[in-house]
Amino acid sequence: MSQIIISIGREYGSGGHEIAQKLSERLGIAMYDRNMLESIAEYKGVDYSELQKYDEAPRNKLMTRTIKGLSSSHEDNIAEMQFKYLKDKAEKGESFVAVGRCAETVLKDFEGLVSFFILGDKESRIQRIAKTRNMSYDEAKSAVSRHDRSRKFYHNRYSDVKWGDSRNYDITINSSKIGVDEVVNILLEYIDKRFNK
Amino acid sequence: MFAEIVAVVIFIAMFVLIVSEKIERHIITLVCAALTIIFVFGIGLHSLTAIDETLNIRSIFTTNFWYQAGEASESSSGINWSTIIFIAGMMIMVEGMAMVGFFRWLCMKLAKLVHYKPIPIFVTFMILSACLAMFIDSITVILFLAACTVELARMLKFNPIPVILTEIFCANLGGSSTMCGDPPNIIVGTSLGYTFTDFITNTGVIAGISLIVVVIFFYFVLRNKITTGEKIDPESLNFDPASVITDKKKFVLSTLIFLLAVALLVTHAMTGLTVAMIGVGIAILTLIVSGKNFLTILKKVDYKTLLFFVGLFVVVGGLEQTGILEVLAGVIETLSGGNVYIMIAIILWVSAIASAFIDNIPFAATMIPVISALAETSGVPLNVMAWTLSLGTDIGGSATPIGASANVVGIAVASKEGYPISWKRYCTVLAPATIIVLVISMACIYLRYL
Repeated sequence: MSQIIISIGREYGSGGHEIAQKLSERLGIAMYDRNMLESIAEYKGVDYSELQKYDEAPRNKLMTRTIKGLSSSHEDNIAEMQFKYLKDKAEKGESFVAVGRCAETVLKDFEGLVSFFILGDKESRIQRIAKTRNMSYDEAKSAVSRHDRSRKFYHNRYSDVKWGDSRNYDITINSSKIGVDEVVNILLEYIDKRFNK
Repeated sequence: MFAEIVAVVIFIAMFVLIVSEKIERHIITLVCAALTIIFVFGIGLHSLTAIDETLNIRSIFTTNFWYQAGEASESSSGINWSTIIFIAGMMIMVEGMAMVGFFRWLCMKLAKLVHYKPIPIFVTFMILSACLAMFIDSITVILFLAACTVELARMLKFNPIPVILTEIFCANLGGSSTMCGDPPNIIVGTSLGYTFTDFITNTGVIAGISLIVVVIFFYFVLRNKITTGEKIDPESLNFDPASVITDKKKFVLSTLIFLLAVALLVTHAMTGLTVAMIGVGIAILTLIVSGKNFLTILKKVDYKTLLFFVGLFVVVGGLEQTGILEVLAGVIETLSGGNVYIMIAIILWVSAIASAFIDNIPFAATMIPVISALAETSGVPLNVMAWTLSLGTDIGGSATPIGASANVVGIAVASKEGYPISWKRYCTVLAPATIIVLVISMACIYLRYL
C-alpha cells in the first residue's frame, strides 16, 4: 500500500478524535494526537506535564517576543516540535492519522495526504461534551466555545488558510447529521477511491 | 506644530508595530524613517539641514570618526554610524569564533575544570556569562551558554532552568559594565563621547559589586533546585572539550583576534582609535583568517539588526529635531522639583520599568537627547545621568521574560529543548534580583556622585 497520511481537523465535541481513532483502527495505521508530545518528552527526557500545558494553544502576543527567529512562546516551540515530529514520520514513509496540529498545512507537500475537517451542530456538540466529560450543560457550552476559539487561533497562527475553511480540506463533514460511524464509512470510501483509482 | 505631531505619531506607531511583531522590525523602522524624512523634515520643517544632520553620512568621512586624539563625541542627532559599524564588526568576529567552536569549547572546558559538579557549574557559568557579555553581544552569549547548559544538564542529570535564568541575568548585568556590552551603552557611549574606560570605571564598578551580591543571592535561593538527587560519575563521561573545536589553527587565531579586540577596547581612550575603527579592523582580521569561509561569515551577519538601528536613529532624530524631547526633559525636571536625588531616581526607575516591557534600544536612543537637555537646564553632570540611564535600561530588562533579547533567546533555547520557563517561574527569581541590583545602583550613584 502506498503512503496514506490522514489529517483530521475538528471542532470541539464533533467526535473528530473518535473518528480519527476508528480510521486508524480500520486502516491498521498509527494515530498521532497528544501521544506525540508524550513521545517527544520521553525522547528529550523531560516532564510531559510541563509540555502538555502549552499543547495546541495559541500564544499570548503581549507576553512573548521573537528574536532572530527564536520565540519565547512555549506554545510556538511545542507546536514546532510536533510539526517536526509529523514531518519526520511522513518523510520516513510511514502511514498515519494525525489529529489537529495543523497537519493539513504541515504535511501539504506529501502526496499521500488526505485532509478532513469534522464539524458538528453546536447544540449536539454541547450535548456530547456534557455526556462524555460529565459536565453540566452550561459548563459544556462554555468549554465548546473556549476550545473552538483556542483551536482556531492556534491553527490560524501556523497556517496560511483559515481553520475549517472547506477550500483547505478534501472533505469537511458534519458528524451531527449522520453520526460518527457513518462519517467513518464515507471517509473510508473516499480514501479507497483516492488511493485505488 | 505639524512636524511635532507627526514625529510623535510615527514614533508611537513604530513602537506599537515593533511590539505586535506582525512585520519584521527592520522594515518597520526603515519605513518609519522614510516617513520621518518626508513628513517631519520635508513637509513639516522644510529643512534640508535636518535631513543632512539626521542621515549623518558626512561624519563617516571625517578623521574624528576613525581616530580621536582628544575627547570628542559624535553628534547625538541622527544615525549613529559608529554604533552600526562597531556592531557589524563585532558580529563578524563572533561568527568567526562560533564557527571554530570557541564558545562551546569554553563552556565544556569550564565544566571539566570544576569536575562536572552541578553547583560549581551553576556558579562559574554565571560569572562566565557576565564576563563574556562585557565584550560580546548578550544574544550570542546566551545562545551558546544555554545550549551547553542543557547539554550538560542531560549528561549530568541536573535541572538546567535555574542555571539558564541566572545566566540570562548575569549576561544583562555584564553587558551593563562596558561600553560595548549592551546596545544602549554603545549608543550612550558613542553619542555622548564616553570611552570604554569611562564605562568600566563607573557602570563597571557598580555592575561588579552587584554581580557579587546576586551570585550570593542566587546561590542561596536556587542551590536546592538544581540537583535532582541522581549522581553521575564524571569519569564515566569520557568527554574531551577539545573535540568540539572544528579547526585548531583558526581556533587559536580567532581567540587571538578576540583578545586583541578586548585590548583595543580597553585602551581605546589612550590609542585614540574609535570603536568604529576597532570594529572595522577586527572584522577585516576575522575575514582574512576565515579564508574560504569568508562569504559564509559575511552571510551570517545580522543585517536586519543593523538596518533596524539605521531606521531607529532617523525616527528618534525626528523627535529630537522637533524639540519634543526637550518637552519630556522639562516634564522630568518639573516632576522632580529640581531635586537631583529624585531626578536620578526617576531616570533610573522609569528606564528600568520601561525596559522591563519594551525594547531598551529605542528607549535609550530616545532618552539621550532628554538627559542632555536635563543636564543643561538642571546643572546635574551629564555623565551621572548617562550612567543612570545605562544601568536603568540594561538592568531593568532582566525583570521580565520579554525585557531584553538575552531573556527571549535563553527562554527560547530552554523551551525548544523541552524546558518551558513560565512568566511566574522567571519573575519569581529574576524580578527580585533586578530590584536588588537597581537599589544597589541607586545607592552607589547617590554615594559616589551626589
